[in-house]
Amino acid sequence: MEPEKYAKKVKASAPASPLLKNCVKAFFFGGLICLIGEALFTAFTEFNISDRNAAAWVCISLIMITALLTGIGVFDKIAKHAGAGTMVPITGFANSVAAPAIEYQTEGRVLGTAVKMFTIAGPVIVYGCSAASLYGFVFYFFIQR
Amino acid sequence: MKRRGRYVVAFDSLPVIISAASSVGKAEGEGPLSQCFDCVNSNDGIGSSTWERAEASLVKQAVAASVKKAAVKMPDIDVAFAGDLLNQCTASTFGLRDTDIPLAGLFGACSTFALALFMCAAAVDTGAVRLALAEASSHFCSAEKQFRFPLEYGGQRTPTAQRTVTGAGAALVAPEGEGVYITHGMIGRITDYGVKDIANMGAAMAPAAARTIADFLKDTHSQPGDYDMILTGDLGSVGSDLLLEIMQEEYGVDINNVHADCGKMIFDSQVQDAHAGGSGCGCSASVVCSHIIPQMKENKLKRVLFAGTGALMSPLSALQGDSIPAVTHAVLLVAKGGGS
Repeated sequence: MEPEKYAKKVKASAPASPLLKNCVKAFFFGGLICLIGEALFTAFTEFNISDRNAAAWVCISLIMITALLTGIGVFDKIAKHAGAGTMVPITGFANSVAAPAIEYQTEGRVLGTAVKMFTIAGPVIVYGCSAASLYGFVFYFFIQR
Repeated sequence: MKRRGRYVVAFDSLPVIISAASSVGKAEGEGPLSQCFDCVNSNDGIGSSTWERAEASLVKQAVAASVKKAAVKMPDIDVAFAGDLLNQCTASTFGLRDTDIPLAGLFGACSTFALALFMCAAAVDTGAVRLALAEASSHFCSAEKQFRFPLEYGGQRTPTAQRTVTGAGAALVAPEGEGVYITHGMIGRITDYGVKDIANMGAAMAPAAARTIADFLKDTHSQPGDYDMILTGDLGSVGSDLLLEIMQEEYGVDINNVHADCGKMIFDSQVQDAHAGGSGCGCSASVVCSHIIPQMKENKLKRVLFAGTGALMSPLSALQGDSIPAVTHAVLLVAKGGGS
């Protein structure tokens, strides 16, 4: 059978991902994380922390909570349902660093944990930094003036 | 040993599987076949510090159980044919390194157990091997680590994805004795219909399974109705549907009534979050050893064509954009009184 013909057959026989259900769940969970972020922000500002610093503390808190939930094996069970809801916010990034760090402990602190820590998050860092540099360059030389 | 037709080999001396046993993990022990397995581990770590060592422990458990069942001793085994999914087949090697059994490592991805049975039957049929061991294993966690993502990574799977079985199966093949005969076998051809989606292995392997089953039927001049079961290794629900379609369309053979798939049997997909079913070397190895062979010994099944399916890609080949080549090896298992 030609690959094109078989590809059509495969597509027809593969059950589709439940797109609507996934979107609704992602919206709910993603919104919930944002809500937690807002609540933390309000709490931090109550303690006379400036808005700018409070935003940083929110990030740090969410990263810590995610790393903890990843470590005790709960995060992936939530993420299985939440999908993009947990992956898109900073929780997704924190999980993608914490998960390989745990997994590769058995290969040692250096060649295991440290080397493999960024196997998933690496591309985000590389292209995130590249995009930020490009944006900064354009902003500094062309827009700011 | 004689060739029948183009691809099939007949083992004239009728090698016998004198014992078969399996060891599985927690999820498999909670599945529909929970009562069948010889050893069910309550957690997937199996008292080991790494997933790879845990898989080697599964190998040890399955081999020990099969040896015990046959009432033989480890040193009686002349050769072992064993394989798994890990790089350099470490689960098999590390699992068997303290046994002193001469070992030939095999790689056939998830088709390994069928390949191992073929090799054992061929070795015994030569007359030079008095007792051969066929063994294959896989572990959900070690496979995830090597082929996919870290366990705690919060990703979603597509409905076509399959769950790697945590399990090992071991069978002892001898020139004579009580058990199940291996009368014929064939080594499959590599088949590639251009599937690149590593989350849909069933679709990649179905064409190889169809080709081997069609070749086998043709070479042995037999019909699907001549078998109680045509059992594929781990096509899962998606691959099984495709197999039936390809058999009809390309080869004009209807195997609907006799087809079964180990990947569809081992988990309850509705309850166990296994998506399209089980996969991995340990899937067909544990199901054949603990579910199929016992039924054959009780004469509930007489003739089973076991077609082990394997997807032969590597994580690198997938990243490099290559399609997934697949293979299917087959052995014909015949119960006592099941005809030749």
